[in-house]
Amino acid sequence: MKGEIKAKAQVSSNQESVQVVAFNLGNQEYAVDILNVQEINRLLPITRVPRTENFIEGVVNLRGNIIPIINLHKKFELQATGEDEDKRIIFFQFDDLKVGIIVDEVSEVLNLSKEDIEEKDNLCASQNAPHVKGVARVNDRLLILLDILKILEP
Amino acid sequence: MEMDMTQYLDVFLEESKEHLDSLNQCLLKLEKDTGNVAALDEIFRAAHSLKGMSSTMGFDDLADLTHHMENILSDLKKGVLKVSSHVVDILFQCFDRIQIIIDQIETIGSGDMDNRDLIELLENIKTGRNEVIALREEELPVEPVINKTSNQSLAFNQYDITVLKEAVSRNYKIYNIKITVDPTCLMKSVRAFMVFKAIEEDGEIFKSIPPAQDLDEGNFEKDFEIFAITKATSDQLRTRLSSISEISIEQLEEININSINVIPNSREMSNVASGDQYSAGNNSSNHQAPKLKQTVRVDVDRLDKLMNLVGELVMHKGRLEQIGLNHSLNELNETIEQIDRISTDLQSVVMKVRMVPIEQVFNRFPRMVRDLARDLKKDVNFIIEGKETELDRTVIDEIGDPLVHLLRNAIDHGLELPQERVKQGKTPQGTVMLKARHEGNYVYIEVEDDGRGVDTEQVLAKALEKGMITSYAAEQYSREEAMNLLFSPGFSTAENITDVSGRGVGLDVVKTKIEALSGEISITSKLGLGTCFRIKLPLTLAIIQALMVSVRNEIYAIPLSSVDETTMITTKDIKMVQHQEVIMLRGNVLALYRLGDLLNIPGETTAEEMYVVIVRKAERQIGLVVDSLIGQQEIVIKSLGRLLAGIPGIAGAIVAGDGNVRLILDITTLF
Repeated sequence: MKGEIKAKAQVSSNQESVQVVAFNLGNQEYAVDILNVQEINRLLPITRVPRTENFIEGVVNLRGNIIPIINLHKKFELQATGEDEDKRIIFFQFDDLKVGIIVDEVSEVLNLSKEDIEEKDNLCASQNAPHVKGVARVNDRLLILLDILKILEP
Repeated sequence: MEMDMTQYLDVFLEESKEHLDSLNQCLLKLEKDTGNVAALDEIFRAAHSLKGMSSTMGFDDLADLTHHMENILSDLKKGVLKVSSHVVDILFQCFDRIQIIIDQIETIGSGDMDNRDLIELLENIKTGRNEVIALREEELPVEPVINKTSNQSLAFNQYDITVLKEAVSRNYKIYNIKITVDPTCLMKSVRAFMVFKAIEEDGEIFKSIPPAQDLDEGNFEKDFEIFAITKATSDQLRTRLSSISEISIEQLEEININSINVIPNSREMSNVASGDQYSAGNNSSNHQAPKLKQTVRVDVDRLDKLMNLVGELVMHKGRLEQIGLNHSLNELNETIEQIDRISTDLQSVVMKVRMVPIEQVFNRFPRMVRDLARDLKKDVNFIIEGKETELDRTVIDEIGDPLVHLLRNAIDHGLELPQERVKQGKTPQGTVMLKARHEGNYVYIEVEDDGRGVDTEQVLAKALEKGMITSYAAEQYSREEAMNLLFSPGFSTAENITDVSGRGVGLDVVKTKIEALSGEISITSKLGLGTCFRIKLPLTLAIIQALMVSVRNEIYAIPLSSVDETTMITTKDIKMVQHQEVIMLRGNVLALYRLGDLLNIPGETTAEEMYVVIVRKAERQIGLVVDSLIGQQEIVIKSLGRLLAGIPGIAGAIVAGDGNVRLILDITTLF
């Protein structure tokens, strides 16, 4: 499995492009590397977990696996927008960690070429949070590339 | 009193086959690379486990053989003996023999086997008489094969010989009779029956080839052979038998008991004598194969997947029910009801597949303890508690060996001899307790004895002598640290290497195994009063009974093990003592905590009536206020994962029947 993922990554870097899932949070567009995305689901019943940080929305049952759900609105202090009908949970699978984030809407899967991506070193300080990998410019849209693992770091 | 071991037989067979596999593989490795210490260690451990298991099950011949093997292996490990092709060959022969014994146990349920030839070889290695081995190797019966040819007819096992000798000593005669049935005979079985009848007038059929059952059913060619024990003379027998038509007597001769060969593997033989008349009433002459439980070993991962899928099924069934309600189609609802029933059953079956009461392991111990106590001349009162405690199947499979080690330790090292105990003012009978229980997130298993306890001075001296610690360190060691030295590899305080324990593979193996199960082992001991080993195993997948409660809009599970009782109160029953809500329960003052406030559950409780779950935290009773009690349920604990690990008050989560996640409270850390 890992070899496969690496191989894919190799291919994409050869083509100088990266595939991302783009989604909306509040009025801002974000994107995450598709390689860590396990699946995208409609909203599932979320069970609140007490005594945790406020951006932990709770846990859901994904086919018998109990997976924590992060609310990025709370984390980034954004207003939720859109209809519940459009809301999705994006599930990520890292080595030994599964986690889901709630997004207002998943827009599309994009192929970003390296030229489109502005490394975060070149960004102004306000956007220079550790969980931001960079910003991508697609036509007249601006996508913030997120590093989900960094968000989870305390 | 023979204990019924059949239910553990399949476990024993599976495990011993695994050990045998690993023995063979590792010996091959060792043969290629004689300096492979890891392989040697693994062989040693596998042989040791095999020895333990076989003696637990009462297969003494197997235990004896492995014991002798272990002596050699121990010498190899110490470097006293070099790994040579000789030694490896003989070890392989031993493994082959073990295979034969195990096969025999599986087919006829008896582990009896004469291994003196191999044991002699092993002994010879030890004493260095290699020439003798070389000579003997040629004539070694690697696998005792039994043909149906006539020269094999005098084949008896050790037990048979004993019975025959007993018979001879009572002036019975033993005859070997060969009968040929006329090929035209239509009912061979009747002829055979008549032959039996004729002999049994004043004697017994001791053995027959083929077995009596086959003769009864006519499953034989045209001739059969019997061994009879009778007081009749050969002439009398011949006269009687000649009166039966359609048969001819091929041979009828008296056997001299001393001329009988002992053939260890008497699979083709069948013992038809009741045995009571000649032996001391040993029922093992009944060679019927024990009924083995049909089992399949399944990878636990697959069970996990299965369980998750069933959970998913249940969740979608819930959705289907919702749809059914909205559309009120009779046929649909009936079908949904059926699906509901099936999926509920399915779920409980899948959950239970993984869980086994620890009884399965515990039940094979009393016999072992008894035998051990007798061998060591100790008087042991063996007490088992909590054998209904359920444990994950994977844990059950692994926990047996460590417990055998600990029990052996307790009896061999822990308990004193009766005279010694009396001298110290104790009862002559020592007590060994084996206890299992659920507590919080863990299962605890304790092996406790009231013996002499651990002498830390002696432990330190031993460690010093073995060069495991420096004399400076020895002075610095606390009592606890010194006791923990017992778990170090290669440590053993036993003076003599006995069959029972003390080779230095004991406690470190136990510790490794427990840690492999992500458990912990600790030891407490008071000199002169006894020792207690406590194993703590995580309850990752244990099914526990839980009380489901609801507070405002949320539902929680409280492990029933921490619930004492429940009661209903009204707001009037609550009193304030120093800003703490309390209630009086049968004269006791109980502190009250509202679960909704403890967990910041959103919403407000306004009802006059509420329920109090009385829970126990470290021997103190506390009242936990909830809105309502939903009921008692068997739940499977799941972990919340790395991200949410260690939340105080939350032990884990469950997937409820409706597919929703519910949290399990951990009472010990809730307040």
